Amino acid sequence: MNNTAYAIEMLNITKRFPGIVANDNVTLQLKHGEIHALLGENGAGKSTLMSVLFGMYAAEEGVIKKDGKVVKINSPNDANDLGIGMVHQHFKMVECFSVLDNIILGVEDTKLGFLQKKKAREKVQALSERYGLHVDPDAIIEDITVGMQQRTEILKMLYRDNEILIFDEPTAVLTPQEIEELLQIMKNLAAEGKSVLFITHKLNEIMAVADRCSILRKGKYVGTVEVKDCTREQLSRMMVGRDVEFAVQKEPANPADEVLRVKDLCLASKRGKRNSVNNVSFSVRAGEIVCIAGIDGNGQSELVCGLTGLEPISSGSVHFSGIDITRAPIRKRSLMGMSHIPEDRHKHGLVLDYTLEDNMILQRYFKPEFTNKCGFLRRKNIRGYATRLIEKFDVRSGQGPVTLARSMSGGNQQRAIIAREIACDPKLLIAVQPTRGVDVGAIEYIHKQLVAERDAGKAILLVSLELDEVMSVSDRILVMYEGEIVGELDPKTTTVQELGLYMAGAKKEVVQ
Amino acid sequence: MKKENTSQSPRKNRFAALFSSLIRKDWFQTIFSSLVCIAGGLLVGFIALLIIEPSGAVEAILAIIRCFFKFGNTGMILKYFGQTLVRSVPLLMCALSVLFAYKAGMFNIGVAGQYTAGACIALYAAIAWHLPWYLCLLLAILVGAALGALAGLLKTAFNVNVVISGIMLNWIALYLTNQILGTVKTITNDTPELSGTYQSALLPKLGLDQLFNGEKSVTIAIPLAILIAIAVWVVLYKTKFGYELKATGHNPHAAQYAGMKSNLNIVLTMAISGGIAALGAGLLFLTGITKWDTGISSLPAEGFNGIAVAFLGGLSPLGSLLSSFFIQYITFGGTFVSTDFYSPHISSLISSLIIYLCAFSAFIKYIIGVCLRKHDEKIAAQAAQKHEEGGTEE
Repeated sequence: MNNTAYAIEMLNITKRFPGIVANDNVTLQLKHGEIHALLGENGAGKSTLMSVLFGMYAAEEGVIKKDGKVVKINSPNDANDLGIGMVHQHFKMVECFSVLDNIILGVEDTKLGFLQKKKAREKVQALSERYGLHVDPDAIIEDITVGMQQRTEILKMLYRDNEILIFDEPTAVLTPQEIEELLQIMKNLAAEGKSVLFITHKLNEIMAVADRCSILRKGKYVGTVEVKDCTREQLSRMMVGRDVEFAVQKEPANPADEVLRVKDLCLASKRGKRNSVNNVSFSVRAGEIVCIAGIDGNGQSELVCGLTGLEPISSGSVHFSGIDITRAPIRKRSLMGMSHIPEDRHKHGLVLDYTLEDNMILQRYFKPEFTNKCGFLRRKNIRGYATRLIEKFDVRSGQGPVTLARSMSGGNQQRAIIAREIACDPKLLIAVQPTRGVDVGAIEYIHKQLVAERDAGKAILLVSLELDEVMSVSDRILVMYEGEIVGELDPKTTTVQELGLYMAGAKKEVVQ
Repeated sequence: MKKENTSQSPRKNRFAALFSSLIRKDWFQTIFSSLVCIAGGLLVGFIALLIIEPSGAVEAILAIIRCFFKFGNTGMILKYFGQTLVRSVPLLMCALSVLFAYKAGMFNIGVAGQYTAGACIALYAAIAWHLPWYLCLLLAILVGAALGALAGLLKTAFNVNVVISGIMLNWIALYLTNQILGTVKTITNDTPELSGTYQSALLPKLGLDQLFNGEKSVTIAIPLAILIAIAVWVVLYKTKFGYELKATGHNPHAAQYAGMKSNLNIVLTMAISGGIAALGAGLLFLTGITKWDTGISSLPAEGFNGIAVAFLGGLSPLGSLLSSFFIQYITFGGTFVSTDFYSPHISSLISSLIIYLCAFSAFIKYIIGVCLRKHDEKIAAQAAQKHEEGGTEE
């Protein structure tokens, strides 16, 4: 085999951590001018493999070859010198700098200590045109869209003459239209001879652009396939190790009484003058799943903060079961039957330094079941309660109820929160990105739980950034754009493309 | 294949195995790191002595360690032991104050001011109002609590960092104390003896002094302080209030999410913290062995040393019982250093060096944690290499 056909090769990489083999004999070969997808669930070892490539971890076994020659990569700087660049999931930019300033940051030309930007500007403009990136070099980062910011990151790599371009889950933050454009840009890059490594767990995108695909599962290398010879189902089976149901099984909803009524709700923004939530009105009824869709940062988090009482509401009203709770404290809302699976499980959902059992009673510790009249905790009852939940919801942990929450895996932390929130028999369940950062098995489980709760007559408000989730789980979709609800859609009749137009603010309707 | 431990005797092996299982236990890590700190403190103290005057260093460090045990006589030792206990009471109370606030996520550096305020009110109530000891203590607790609550209120209402407000309030408390006690001072700047005119303000002994060979300063302060340490432990680990308080300390966002009234808890915690510190002052000054010098311009050392005691005690109430005695023992030991070689201030220097290093116990514990993780990684890598199949985990 002609080795020089490969731009970069990672051969038989093994990296171990205590109790786990993060990469077990993994091989990844990236050809010149190809788009190569790296597919795997969360925790499959993709990040570890990339960290090895960037010299952040040293692999115990295996070699890395560049153009057929063995290379040692001990730090991200070595990787950069070899022409390897990466667009991270969370961009690394100075928000108040211009596009050009961000691109040249770290590799500035200077003359007597003064910046020389003329040549850099010409180069950026040339690159921008050549690859169809259409980025204004003088725009300030915080003013431009996420898609533009991502292109700035791409320009950053190109400006540094990187030959190997790695995209880490690049589509997570984009609208469907922006995703299309990005995929086109990736094709352009490959056509110009760049090697593109595309890390993702979205099969449609792989089918659309990738030439070949390498699959990891639980740290093990499953194989590399030619994408054109494969189907979506085959790829997913290789990724998960079994057949996965893409569609969520559910009966049509039977909405009953109105549980939550939000009217003209406004929340002041912490930074700007504009409201982060502006004149939002909607209602959720018992027995239906209403999904708030939208691109991250369009006021969904703030809306939930207002509904749950974490942030004060500036105007408008919230009624819960017919009672005005606009100014009610968090505990009252909770005791009235409002459950909340928070967006950030580490920030709000758990006290990480508490045990699992102490986390299970986080909102209910003061109840007579758990605290006696003199204010002492009833440890035995707490343990019994936690043990029951752990069994019922299959929360896995090292030492059962006395496991420190910090030591549990993300998926099981999320299961614990879901167990806690469902166990208190809520009337309304507000679930914010409940499947964020959990593996496919857990996602299936969480979706089933949400549907089961709905069928049990609970009202469910789901906030999600994942289009698949929005389309498959919800009974009604409300799209948020820049703090306002810009559309109400029926998942049975709408398309992802239409949803995308609303999410991008290109389409708008007045919603009651 | 590697040859392992073939040269070591079985007993040594058993010890190593015991140690490696113990070092994974949290309580052992706490004790171990405190002991490392103590050893480090003594070592640095010794080096300081060596630098100042090498010829007397060994004798001096031994004098510090031996402390009052240098009097071979049991009676004398008991007497001094009692004195050391009496003096560790305020230290213990300040440490309890610090750790209580710390568990709720606040660094109560205002402990020195609350302690001062406690001394002020306890003495003033005794001298100006002729109140009995229990009322003096009660007033001290109330004033200390008010001062602590003030810092808590500043935090919750105006988001003033408790460290900043604590430092400010320390000085306010000190100079107010000098003013107030200035109205009842004697011709010297000191407050008057309590023993003659103000007998009722002296803490009762209940015969406890007899246990310590008639040491007059031994009073109910000692058992009272121990009871309070136990009470603090119970509140922190067994009650609803402790659950809320620690949740607020570990993760204020989660506490808010859970509907806990974190602002109220912060004020309440600071009030309790301040009350404990002030009670500590009352328990010292109402023994009658010290007087307040209204001319001083520095805060009493017990407050700040309480911070070191709390950390050396692993931020646990029961650990603080031991560490407060140790710190007092070392401080006392410093006074036995021969002044032939060293200036009289050497005792303060050495004991403060040791106390300074003692505050590092939390850091040492962290280092132990890092080392254990590295060690585990290496073992895991070796084990996985041996068994090629390699375990998979979720």
